Amino acid sequence: MGFWNDPLKAAADWLMDIFTGWGMPELATQILVAFLGVLLLIVILMVLDIVLVWVERKVVSRFQSRIGPNRVGPFGLIQPFADIIKLLIKEDITPSGADKVVYNLAPILSMMSVLILWAVVPLAPQILGADTDLNIGALYIVAAGAISTLSIIMAGWSSNNKYSLIGAFREVAVMLSFEIPMLAVLLIPTIFAKSMGIVKIVDAQDTWFVFLAPLAALIFFIAAIAELGRAPFDMGEAESELVAGYNIEYSGMKFGMFYAGELLHAFTFGGFWAILFFGGYRFFGLEQVNPILAVAILLFKAFIGYWLIMWVRYTVLRIRIDHMLSFNWKFLTPMAFVLLMVTALLNALLAETPPWVYVSSMFLSNIALAWGALELARSYSRREREKVEGPKPAVETTHH
Amino acid sequence: MTPDQIVFLIVALFTLGSGFMVVTSGNLVHAALWLISTLFGVAVTFALLNANFLAVVQVVVYIGAIAILFIFAVMLTRKDIRDQGPQVNKNWWFGALLSVSTFAGLYFLLQGWEGMSKTASAFPSGFDAVAELGNELISPTGYVLPFEVASVLLVAALVGAVYVAFNPRSGK
Amino acid sequence: MIPLSWFLIFAAALFSIGLFGVLSRRNAIAILLGIELMLNAVNINLAAFWRYGNVLNMAGQVFAIIVFAVAAAEVAVGLALVISVYRRRNTVIADDIDLMKW
Repeated sequence: MGFWNDPLKAAADWLMDIFTGWGMPELATQILVAFLGVLLLIVILMVLDIVLVWVERKVVSRFQSRIGPNRVGPFGLIQPFADIIKLLIKEDITPSGADKVVYNLAPILSMMSVLILWAVVPLAPQILGADTDLNIGALYIVAAGAISTLSIIMAGWSSNNKYSLIGAFREVAVMLSFEIPMLAVLLIPTIFAKSMGIVKIVDAQDTWFVFLAPLAALIFFIAAIAELGRAPFDMGEAESELVAGYNIEYSGMKFGMFYAGELLHAFTFGGFWAILFFGGYRFFGLEQVNPILAVAILLFKAFIGYWLIMWVRYTVLRIRIDHMLSFNWKFLTPMAFVLLMVTALLNALLAETPPWVYVSSMFLSNIALAWGALELARSYSRREREKVEGPKPAVETTHH
Repeated sequence: MTPDQIVFLIVALFTLGSGFMVVTSGNLVHAALWLISTLFGVAVTFALLNANFLAVVQVVVYIGAIAILFIFAVMLTRKDIRDQGPQVNKNWWFGALLSVSTFAGLYFLLQGWEGMSKTASAFPSGFDAVAELGNELISPTGYVLPFEVASVLLVAALVGAVYVAFNPRSGK
Repeated sequence: MIPLSWFLIFAAALFSIGLFGVLSRRNAIAILLGIELMLNAVNINLAAFWRYGNVLNMAGQVFAIIVFAVAAAEVAVGLALVISVYRRRNTVIADDIDLMKW
């Protein structure tokens, strides 16, 4: 029974016993076991990434009324391995004008910025991470995003290519701007949970935070898509004008790392969406049964988030860069800040009320705010349209 | 030597080495990238000091915003992507002398102080530095006034920067 | 355990490196890079004194956060000035910006 309650802890203790049995000092054993744990997580993530390639290709083909990969293996399941072999045997080109060190470092940083995000993901209530909650987890997500921004500008600059530099500039401008509403919205679960630790945020979700702050969940989703640089915010790699954006000069496995990093990043943000607003590994007490079940619940929720991100990506058209930035600065950021203020105020005012009053007033305030913001945007766009087209005729005249 | 001392020495050497590259590198984009690795080393130093919040804010603010701004500025202020001409002025030896003597002066000043070999006390049980910091920043008996003044400063700097960098010929 | 002196000497060395950058560089942006190093050295000192002093007194961390805000403001205004000067005078070399020099 002990093993199945916490398989990772049991395995770690077993390894500790073996290593100390060989006469290794206590501290070295701890470091070694922690290192092996990290290695295990990374290997699992990389295998997951291979699956994601297949999922992405299958889902996009369904959205576009195609069949997708179906030749290699059943349902094309072996296709990602064929892709990897293709990428590995491709010639690995470094352009002659490139800044070699920076050029080769950028894909590694891109992959790294995604992998370090998983350091704060609470996989299950009983698994090791539960009692070692990083008390600044919510901010850590944004910090990892900073490293991914860095990798993009390094890739764009070091390739010594105009397209890649323009793509990197656009991408970085978008990422930096959308970081602000994301930060504001990350503070809302923090207000509810009274802690920035991700485990505490998950523990506080007796009612999922999406019911307390649906607008915040929506803003986080939009900002996450922009952070990922996926359509409709994929101005940085707009194929029709920039060829491929910041990764244009990369080939072989270096390109593969950008690609795999982007897929895993999308999945990770689906996971964070689930953790922050949809209860993480919690599902009506089912997570207490077995940690493996809890991990499965989290992965299932993350896949739903990932699927929504893919749905948006393959059905919404690309937005022009100035529209994208003014949408962020003039609409999303003010809305996120007003929402943050309203939530903090209501949280302080309603602290003593019964839960149903608290939840329903939070929910209604979010809906009211979203409706008000949309009304403002609509009246603004009507004024703008009238400037161009002239006032709308009041009544359609009908001809007999 | 305890393990955390070894970690500190590695981090300190890495940080000082990249700091030295920041001030000597001929290519300004490289200097900005070395600045990022220096800032990262400082973030690790904060983590070694158990100042988690400062470590993460260091990464978010410095690496995510300030360093990227530097790279943008370097790229926007060059006619040519290459750097030409000497990167140091003709009085560089005087600057080197002054900085070495500053370090020597600080070192001798610190040597004479008895608090130098102090070691850190353990945290009181149940002490959450981040929560404590948050309470202090907004408590009227704490630091709410400096905090608000800092936010006013940031808004003023934002408006000022937009005004100064605004190009009236290309703007609407 | 790491003694306090290590942190202080490390910060002093970083400060001196930054000072050298400020004094010796020709490019105005590189001078700002040096100032960033000096501000970071100060922050290490503040955090170290918080940790090695009374941890219940958060003044060190609060002051470090104010320094973050000041650094962000300084970089925003400083780089805006550099870009503005570059537009008007077509140079970012600090020695060449000498219109006000008698």
